[in-house]
Parts: sequence; C-alpha cells; structure tokens
Amino acid sequence: MSENTANASFMEKRTWSRFTPMERTARFLFYFVTVAAIVVSAQTIEIIPEFLMDAPEQIGDMFNRMWPPALSYYPDSIHEALLETIHIATLGTLIALILAVPVGVMVAENVTKNKFLNWFGRLILVSSRSINSLVWALLFVAILGPGPLAGAFAIAFRSVGFVGKLFGEALEESHKGPIEALEASGSPWFSTMMMGYWPQVLPTFWSVALFRWDINLRESAVLGLVGAGGIGVALNTALELFYWDRVAMVLISMLVVVGLVELLVTQIRKRII
Amino acid sequence: MNQTAASSLAHADAETSRALVIKNLVKEYTPGKPVLSGISLELEARGITAIIGPSGTGKSTLIRCINRLVDPTKGEILFKGKDLAKLSGKQLRLARRHIGMVFQEYNLLERLSVMENVLSGRLGYVSPFRAWLRKFSEADMQRAFELLDQVGMADFADQRADALSGGQRQRVAIARALMQSPDILLADEPTSSLDPKTSVEILDLMTEQAKIRNIPVVINIHDVTLAKRFADRIVGMSSGHVVYDGAPDGLQDEHLKAIYGGEDWLS
Repeated sequence: MSENTANASFMEKRTWSRFTPMERTARFLFYFVTVAAIVVSAQTIEIIPEFLMDAPEQIGDMFNRMWPPALSYYPDSIHEALLETIHIATLGTLIALILAVPVGVMVAENVTKNKFLNWFGRLILVSSRSINSLVWALLFVAILGPGPLAGAFAIAFRSVGFVGKLFGEALEESHKGPIEALEASGSPWFSTMMMGYWPQVLPTFWSVALFRWDINLRESAVLGLVGAGGIGVALNTALELFYWDRVAMVLISMLVVVGLVELLVTQIRKRII
Repeated sequence: MNQTAASSLAHADAETSRALVIKNLVKEYTPGKPVLSGISLELEARGITAIIGPSGTGKSTLIRCINRLVDPTKGEILFKGKDLAKLSGKQLRLARRHIGMVFQEYNLLERLSVMENVLSGRLGYVSPFRAWLRKFSEADMQRAFELLDQVGMADFADQRADALSGGQRQRVAIARALMQSPDILLADEPTSSLDPKTSVEILDLMTEQAKIRNIPVVINIHDVTLAKRFADRIVGMSSGHVVYDGAPDGLQDEHLKAIYGGEDWLS
C-alpha cells in the first residue's frame, strides 16, 4: 500500500490550487460587477463640480458661525429635551424587549416547530425593520398626535425587528445537548424554555438589549424633526432659524450623552458575560 | 440463557416490573436504509447490559429509541406495561420521567449551578412556574443534597457547571438522572470523553448506584474491556443486527471479529 502511493507521487506531479476554474470565474465576475456598480452610481448622483469645489469654503463658514457654541441655550431649551430623548429611547427599548421575546421564540425553528408560526414571526420582524424610525414616527404622530409618546412607539416598533431577529438566532444557535437531556427527563415545554434555553441565551439577550438602547438614544435624537418629541425639536428650531451656535450646542450635548452611554454600556456588558 | 428468565419476569408482572422488552425494532433515517434492522431484546429488571459495536452501527439509535429521543420506524418497546414506541405528547412525557439518561457530552446546563442541574432532574414533576422560580419542594432539595453526597459532589453545590472537570460533570449528570427516581438508566457512551481512570470511577459509581436502587442499566460503550468488566450481559451489534448476546465471559475473539470485522486489531 505505502509503496504504491510513494510510486504514484514520483510518476505524476500533483498540483493543488485554492480555487477551481469555476470559482475563479465567479470571483472575477464579482469584482467586475462591484466596479461597474460604483461607476454607474457615481454617474447617477449628478455631482455638480462648482458646489463640490466650493465645499471646503462652506465648511469653514459653517464652523465660523457655530463657534462659540451657545452655552446658555443648554439650560434654556436643551436640558429638558435631552432628558426627554433619553426617556423616549429607554421606554421604547423596554417596550421593544417585551414585544421581541415572543416573536423571537416564534421564529426560532428549533423551539417553535410550526412552519406557519415561523413564517409569521419572520414577517413581523421584516416589516419592523423595513420601515425607518422616522417613518414609524410619522405614522405614530398621525395616530397619537405629536409628542414623546409617538417617539417611544416609533423606537419600539423599529427595534422589535432588530432585537427579535438576534434573539431568535441566539435561540437557534443554543446547544442541543442540554435541551435533549431535559426533554429526555420528561420536562414540559415551558420548563425546558426557562431552564434549558433562557440561561443559554441570557448573555446575548442583555447584550443585544444594551446595544439597541445605545442605537435608540441616537435615533430618538432625530425623531423631533418630524414632531415626535425629544432633542430633535430643539435641533429643528435652531436649524430653521439659522442659529448655528445653538445647533453646535445641541450636537455637543448629544456627543457627550452618547459618549457616556458608550462607557456605561461597555462596563455593564463586561459584567454580564 | 437469561432470555427465558427475562420473559417470564416480563409476563409475570408487566405493570410494575422494570424489565424492558424490545420487539422487532426498525429505524430508517432514510427510507429503505435501516440503521436498526429488526432488533429484538429482552432485558431483565436488574443488572447491567452493555451494548458494544463499531461506530455508526446503530447503538446510539437503539438506546435513543427507548426514551424516544429518536422515533422508531417500526416495532415495540414494552416497559412497565406500556409500548413506549406508540406514546406521544403528555403520555410520552410522563413515561420519560421514569427513564434516566446519561450522555457522552454530559449535557449539563452549563451556566447554571450544580444544584440547579441536579434539581433539573425533577422538571417532569414540578410545574414550569415553580421550576422558573426554582421553588423546588423541601423533599426534592433534601434528595438533591443526598444524591450530591452519594456522587461525591456535595462541596460543589453552588459552583457553575462550566467550572467542573469532565469526571465531575458526569457525576453531576448521574445525580441528575437519579433525581428522576428512574426505573431504568440509559447511558450513551458515558465514558468516551473521559480518561481511563475516571472512566472506571464513573462506571463504578453508576453500577453501584443502580444496584442499590435495584434498577436495570443499559450502557452503550465502545471499550470492550470496560464492558466485560462491568456488565452482566453483553449485546454485540453489527450493521443494525444483534450478532452476540450473552455473558461477558462468553465473548471470544471470533465474536469480536463478527462484531467489528477484520482481525489485525485483535492481536
């Protein structure tokens, strides 16, 4: 046996290559289509050369008007709006978590063994994600009237898709062994959920929840542009009246809040996992 | 040889006896390609039965058919007056409560404590809500502590399962299975992930505990020496058939040839 293989290696030179000719062609086509897409899209966005050349000057001008930021605008108008933004984001995230858990369970094919429910859950998640927060906000402003409540619902409905999808995937990726062990001992479905699945997906669940809260803080900052409450209202007013120094103050406040939240979330996440 | 004894037992007291009778069991994962081609076995209400055979011969499928982690295609599995192969839903769940199982990869709840793992053996008896809040009865708690004493893990009750070694995990898994108050104990390659010394300790523990409780044990094992050392009866399987069934002493080289094929490895 071993002599034969040794002979074979003398007789013909064996070659190895990373890709088959088919794969090489496919890779070339992929690169070609990518470059073509860039060229085509550059043409459709109709760049106006004069405006583009002018841009550095405009940026300088804008910074001139923004500096110094209007510090007094913070206690007058920003502070309360900022708190409202944080409330919108937090309440929206909480509602989203409550709604996302059952939908996540519904889409996970190893937990819910019903094709129709899987499909229905997936439909809910895709609808939630396919609509932007601003559009959700417009819808809820129309239903509930302008204000932070519309904002909180907009945030919640946009987040369900995100949290539900990641939660469902975490359920599907959980280890089968412990689940099998519980089922083999005659454990009912809900006990298997609480003792078998939940401890396994718990770190992912909280880490997704925190990440979504972080995103929602930033998203709820613009909801005011369509009248759904929060700091966006202050930003909108300042922009429309061309008070660039106030705009700068709003942006700085948001930057500080997002930075603090980032620090907080990193600390909490370290402790959960 | 012990078949006659087993069948008389099975008939004499079908309701309460812990004898297990498998009749003409067939399992096909893909139609026309049986993994088990009509297995018939009668296991006594006590003693250790080891199933040996090469990988992929259906040992695991056979043992998993008994507690229906795998659904058999055809055949009967009679235990305590019921045909396990025909049960479903709540009936299956109630039957499974009395069948303990130990796995190769331990299958513990990794992020939960040793105590919670042992108590999880009671999930079939406790309401989901109480299980969620970990409100197990005082009797269950005491039993769990006793079992932890018996498997030598009492000092680890509050440790998380993922902090334990392989041997320690298997001890916890045995305690969890015994927590069910099982009428039979199934073990699917319980020592294949363990070193030789720990393997012997685990098999010692399992057989000893089963003897104290007077419950039969069915073990899938690929280590022939261990099988001969611990089992009262050996069932040799090859490509979905039983090719040897008898006492460990009766197992000769010719049988091993029939079970595993070839002979170079025997010398």
